[in-house]
Amino acid sequence: MIQFFNVSKIYAGEVKVTALEDVNLTIEKGEFIFLVGPSGAGKSTLTKLIIREEIATNGQVMVDGKSLARMKQREIPYYRRNIGFVFQDFRLLMTRTVYENVAFAAESVEMTRTQIRQRVPMVLEMMGLDQKRNAFPHQLSGGQQQRLGIARAMVNNPTMIIADEPTGNLDPETSSEIMQIFQAINRRGTTVMIATHDKAMVDKLRQRVIQLRGGFVVRDQKNGGYAE
Amino acid sequence: MKVSSLGYVVRDGFRNVWRNKVMSVASISTVAISLFLLGVVWLFISNVNHMVTKVESELEINAYIDKTYTRDQGEELMQQISRLPGIALVSYVTKEEALLILNGRFGPEANLAETVGEYNPLPDLIKIKASRPELVPDLAKKLENTIGIETVRYGQGTVERLLQTADWVERAGFVGLIGISVAAIFLISTSIRLTVYSRREEITIMRLVGATNWYIRWPFLVEGIFIGLFGSFMACAILYFGYMQLAKYLTVNLTFIPLLTDREVLLTMGGNILAYGSGLGLIGSFLSVFRYLRV
Ligand SMILES: Nc1ncnc2c1ncn2[C@@H]1O[C@H](COP(=O)(O)OP(=O)(O)O)[C@@H](O)[C@H]1O
Ligand SMILES: [Mg+2]
Repeated sequence: MIQFFNVSKIYAGEVKVTALEDVNLTIEKGEFIFLVGPSGAGKSTLTKLIIREEIATNGQVMVDGKSLARMKQREIPYYRRNIGFVFQDFRLLMTRTVYENVAFAAESVEMTRTQIRQRVPMVLEMMGLDQKRNAFPHQLSGGQQQRLGIARAMVNNPTMIIADEPTGNLDPETSSEIMQIFQAINRRGTTVMIATHDKAMVDKLRQRVIQLRGGFVVRDQKNGGYAE
Repeated sequence: MKVSSLGYVVRDGFRNVWRNKVMSVASISTVAISLFLLGVVWLFISNVNHMVTKVESELEINAYIDKTYTRDQGEELMQQISRLPGIALVSYVTKEEALLILNGRFGPEANLAETVGEYNPLPDLIKIKASRPELVPDLAKKLENTIGIETVRYGQGTVERLLQTADWVERAGFVGLIGISVAAIFLISTSIRLTVYSRREEITIMRLVGATNWYIRWPFLVEGIFIGLFGSFMACAILYFGYMQLAKYLTVNLTFIPLLTDREVLLTMGGNILAYGSGLGLIGSFLSVFRYLRV
């Protein structure tokens, strides 16, 4: 369970930017959440607070009752292993094959070779990429690249998947395919949070919608649409 | 970091070296040059010390007896000297014997005895061997202050000159070594900084999937150690073959310079070079990892 208590995030640069203000949220295990709002509303910042890439300026982000701000530096990697992150621009390693991209993430969390040999083919098959294991990312379609991104996020069997505009670079048909994958992941009990601009998808899926505007949560609605 | 991840770390460290070949070669060569210098200085000093011990152990003190002394007085003086601490051997050389020895140096045709006739200008002398070479200078001083001894001669400054040269080489070598080591560290850290830069995307992904800081850092430290080790191996190989050539040349052409070729000495040197080289690599990589690798 993830809880936000009066969370504000102010980026202190030459000009201070308030990216989030007084956010209160509870995310239960196994939920499917769309995070919507215009560009600059604070969606990415909210995901970064959850993976503890940023720390709240005010308020507390709690995970299973523990404050992320008070988490020790050396505990952070182990905490992050519970969360799979998916990017808009895929962030694949272009010089490595499909298999190697996933194995790289598995090695990074120090799985043994035996574990990797079991786990990597499994997630590749789950994402329908088992035929492409020796291909390089540039030989894949956009949809396949994003499925590879999801496979990498899934390799450590995380309890939560966070995707920041995962379909932003994809056509509607491919987006729909990617969304089905997220739904399938969610049905297996994994919490899924997707920051998105994809109105059609949000309207179609009717899941919980958290809407941000100027750093504020302006709507938190079960089975909601993209707009009120 | 888990022990089972050691394989990944070493493999990635090696890949890092390979990834920036040009920089790696530059760093490895600089390490090799600095260690070559270290080796040359080391070998030179070891050999000088070896030679000094050899020369000193063959060192005799000649104590020339006052010409007014009779032979009996001289022999009594010798008995007295032989009781001094640190004396291994004493022998009495009469002036007649000394003349014969001198004659021998001039060659068989010379007949010094005839030339000088009644008036042999040489004094009787006592030859003294010390039980340990380093006692020689003190012993000589003591003998000089002994009544009945006119002059004392030994080594004629050979040892001092050798030691002075060794000292000078050591100092110059030390300064040179420091300079070139700093250059090596700088190059290693630059080359690791470039690897960090070229792997920045991978580092981002590693951080996000939950790699520990040390798992991210280690391959870069291993990269530095590899650069240091490769450089050391190169230096060792060049030193070994170069030195063996020199030893061979000297045994044939300058037999009086006995080069050290014991396995033990050479192995110690090799071990030191490898340790020093990997140390340079580790320092260089530490500097970059803690400066440029934000984890
Ligand atoms: N690292 C940062 N430093 C300074 N300002 C930032 C940083 N990241 C985001 N911002 C600012 O915070 C606000 C929210 O950004 P973001 O969370 O990326 O919104 P979204 O993902 O909804 O587009 C924006 O005004 C953005 O310019
Ligand atoms: Mg964003």
